[in-house]
Amino acid sequence: MLILHCPYCGMDVDETDLHAGGQAHLKREGPGSDVAAFEDYLFMRENPKGVHFERWRHVYGCGKWFLAARCTSTLEVFGTYSAQTLEPPQDIKDKITAKRPGWVWGTFS
Amino acid sequence: MSTRLAGKGRLINKDQTVAFTFNGKHLRGFAGDTLASALLANDQMLVGRSFKYHRPRGVVASGAEEPNGLVNLGKGGKFEPNQRVTTTELFDGLTATSQNHWPSLEFDVGAINSTLSRFLPAGFYYKMFMFPRPFWKHVYEPFIRKSAGLGQAPKDRDADTYEHFHVHVDVLVYGGAIACLAAACAAGERGARVLLVEQNADWGGRAMVDGPEIDGMPADEWVKNAIEALENMPNVDMRPRCMGAGIYDHGYALAYERLTDHAPDQEGPRHRLWRIRANQIVTATGAIERPLSFAGNDVPGVMLASAIRDYVVNYGVSVGDRTVVVTNNDDAYRTAIILKQAGLEVPVIVDARVQVDGELIDEARDLGIRIETGKGIAKVIGGKRVTGVGLCAQAGEGAALEEIACDCIAMSGGWSPVVHLWSHCGGKLNWDADQAMFRPDPERPPTGHDGAAFVATVGIANGHLFTAEVLGDGWAAGRAAAKAAGHTRKGGGAPLGQDAAEGPISPVWLMPQGASHALRSKAWLDFQNDVKVSDVQLAAQEGFESVEHAKRYTTLGMATDQGKLSNINGLAVLSKALNDDIPNVGTTTFRPPYTPISMASIAGVAKDDLFQPIRKTPISDWANDNGADNEPVGQWRRPYAYLRHGESVEDAVNREVKNTRESLGLLDASTLGKLIVKGPDAGKFLDMMYTNMMSTLPVGKCRYGLMCSENGFLMDDGVVVRMSEDTWLCHTTTGGAEHIHAHMEDWLQCEWRDMQVYVANVTEQFAQIAVVGPNARKVLRKMGGMDVSADALPFMQWAEGKIGEFDARVFRISFSGELSYEIAVPAGQGRAFWDALMEAGEEFRVMPYGTEALHIMRAEKGFIMIGDETDGTVIPQDLNLNWELSKKKED
Repeated sequence: MLILHCPYCGMDVDETDLHAGGQAHLKREGPGSDVAAFEDYLFMRENPKGVHFERWRHVYGCGKWFLAARCTSTLEVFGTYSAQTLEPPQDIKDKITAKRPGWVWGTFS
Repeated sequence: MSTRLAGKGRLINKDQTVAFTFNGKHLRGFAGDTLASALLANDQMLVGRSFKYHRPRGVVASGAEEPNGLVNLGKGGKFEPNQRVTTTELFDGLTATSQNHWPSLEFDVGAINSTLSRFLPAGFYYKMFMFPRPFWKHVYEPFIRKSAGLGQAPKDRDADTYEHFHVHVDVLVYGGAIACLAAACAAGERGARVLLVEQNADWGGRAMVDGPEIDGMPADEWVKNAIEALENMPNVDMRPRCMGAGIYDHGYALAYERLTDHAPDQEGPRHRLWRIRANQIVTATGAIERPLSFAGNDVPGVMLASAIRDYVVNYGVSVGDRTVVVTNNDDAYRTAIILKQAGLEVPVIVDARVQVDGELIDEARDLGIRIETGKGIAKVIGGKRVTGVGLCAQAGEGAALEEIACDCIAMSGGWSPVVHLWSHCGGKLNWDADQAMFRPDPERPPTGHDGAAFVATVGIANGHLFTAEVLGDGWAAGRAAAKAAGHTRKGGGAPLGQDAAEGPISPVWLMPQGASHALRSKAWLDFQNDVKVSDVQLAAQEGFESVEHAKRYTTLGMATDQGKLSNINGLAVLSKALNDDIPNVGTTTFRPPYTPISMASIAGVAKDDLFQPIRKTPISDWANDNGADNEPVGQWRRPYAYLRHGESVEDAVNREVKNTRESLGLLDASTLGKLIVKGPDAGKFLDMMYTNMMSTLPVGKCRYGLMCSENGFLMDDGVVVRMSEDTWLCHTTTGGAEHIHAHMEDWLQCEWRDMQVYVANVTEQFAQIAVVGPNARKVLRKMGGMDVSADALPFMQWAEGKIGEFDARVFRISFSGELSYEIAVPAGQGRAFWDALMEAGEEFRVMPYGTEALHIMRAEKGFIMIGDETDGTVIPQDLNLNWELSKKKED
């Protein structure tokens, strides 16, 4: 039972008020894209033991989707941020680097 | 024999006798007894039969770790199987029956398994029941199902009530022994909000029996003072009979309070589940004494040394007149000393260690107790009760040197800290070779949202066996937890403890060391699941080398006690068989709850009407008054059919279909999802959501749409209506309203952030009624208002106006192939509109129809039903719906 901070409501929210939405920062493919790239988009997901980026929706609150950076093995939360971004904000990346030097996730590090 | 001692028993009140029955026998105990102590006081040592071999079994322990003493408690709506006699407090009128035997506890036919035990080794099921294949289904499985399981499932509805408490605290302390009291005092004094929970009814833990000195006073006096001090702190809440069940992510914790198990006539809920969010958690859950593995260690009368002195000190019960103590550590000498001081015989202390030295040993020797060092137990004499014991050299192979008559054996293989709660949320362990135990590794604690530790395990649970360390450890953890939660007020210093110095333990995993196969196959590791030393060795020999595999192959530690007594002994035997070190073999995973909790407490009040919210349409009450046979559709209850007096469901469905096809039917379609999609980009957005084009839909028209998930599978369908230039109304399936709304929100919020679109779920704002059948138009005309003629309102169009006096949106759409209007009115007018339609329709023999008639008619017409024709792996082409896929758009 995680507690995550909803960046829209500005409050700490219990997992029972949230809805998990899988991996964040998915690159979606459109018509005419390469079959392998399309397969990657549809079926291939990160499943790390360690730093991970996820989508969450504050479903029993403001209803907004937001993104969370956390460690899947220690449950540490590095931060939550707006879903309307293509990559994690620099301050969250810095925070992860301070705690997990050398971390790599997808194209981020 | 076991009996009550005169003038003893810290917890019992001899002025208050309590009557109870065991297997129909009327027995008496005292207020304050547990069922176990009362049975022992009545010389009822035999309490059950073992799971696999049906061997006679007696009480082994005095607490939650008890593997054998499981009984059926109560009757009727209060019946519950597998209740531990050691944690069941005695009350007047208690009825208990023993389990797993036929025809009786004393004579059990199943005991034949015991003589066949060499043919029933570990993995027996896997080897035996492979062939011939058809035998599994028709012969083996029915037989195994019949013989499997302990106890019986209750037959009646539970007569009790249960509830949940939700609380937030700064510091949660699990346990009520001296380490916890020290921790709670330290945290409470500093101003932290503290919740202290203890699984037993009384506070103080082992110190109350073993009696060390604390702050210059006897332990019980110190505990009394500490309890008083804590009770006077308004920021500290104390709950006895409340077991720390589990620790989960980010400080979430469960505790299980047994409110009226000891007083079933008391008003109020029986169990309460505490759902706690704690900033910091201190667990001081003590340790569990390990049995020793020698042949015949499961014969009734062989018990844990600490349990035997618990029964003497707490309940004034002597388990036996002549007790042989067998040990590999100094602590068990306390049992011998207490027994001797109580006037009982201790013929010999059998110590596996060659060299023994220390205060307790001197004290035992001064009392005149014979001490045999370097010795072990070769055999236990007796079947349903110990009658004697054969000694041998521990270093040898088990040749009996001497037989000694006794009726009780007190065994101690050392102590295993209760690290369960530490481990639940990821805390790791270290093997302490000197003390022969797994201890919490403070470098690898359970971590919270900030990456810092939020659990501290202290006292004996942290591997500190001596009072001074226990108190210091508990106090420091309490102070640190309060500080971490932001409370830094000044408080007093740590209490000081003092007890007898002890010599080192010598790990003994098998007694004697070179025991033959015959002895090893009588040396029990897991009493509850009948696993012996020889079984674990066989598992290793057959290649089940991982501790998790060996566990499942042998069923070691898989019973209701979850291996509280057997785990460490089992994995030590496994590591020896693998010729590896214990830490390399590792432990199995500790999972919550610590001891079983009732299913009803998990449900709490969520049963019957409170099980889940039931959604009702404005017409539901009418339907229920008119024979509705409801079916659940999501959280809605929809009428499956409307039964008339004496009619079967099938007849009703046929009648409804026929009547709708021939004349007039009404369907309450209010449950269909209704999403308003509005904005300058709404058309573009809906083109992306649906497989066909919605932007080209003219105002005033309706269009059927399919919705697919990202990978092309059908997820929903419904009629889309163009309300105005920038507004569409999307109908979804009944079950789909919420998740389709969420799906649209997801794309709007996260992907097409530039689109100016707003989505609102107005499902409950409108009542919607389908008026269906050849007479549909006639009834609407009769009601008056807007023009619903084929010219004014052709198929797949809609109009807004009045039907009778009602504000209505009329959609000329059909899901049955019949002439059909779906009419939406504001929810508040829904019931009145339904009543008006029923009245106006009387001359057309109007009948409401349910979901089954709806299904038949749509199937006859060839329409699809999401969820019936789709299962999340069906694409539109599978259903011949190619025409629904627009070729005008790329994506």
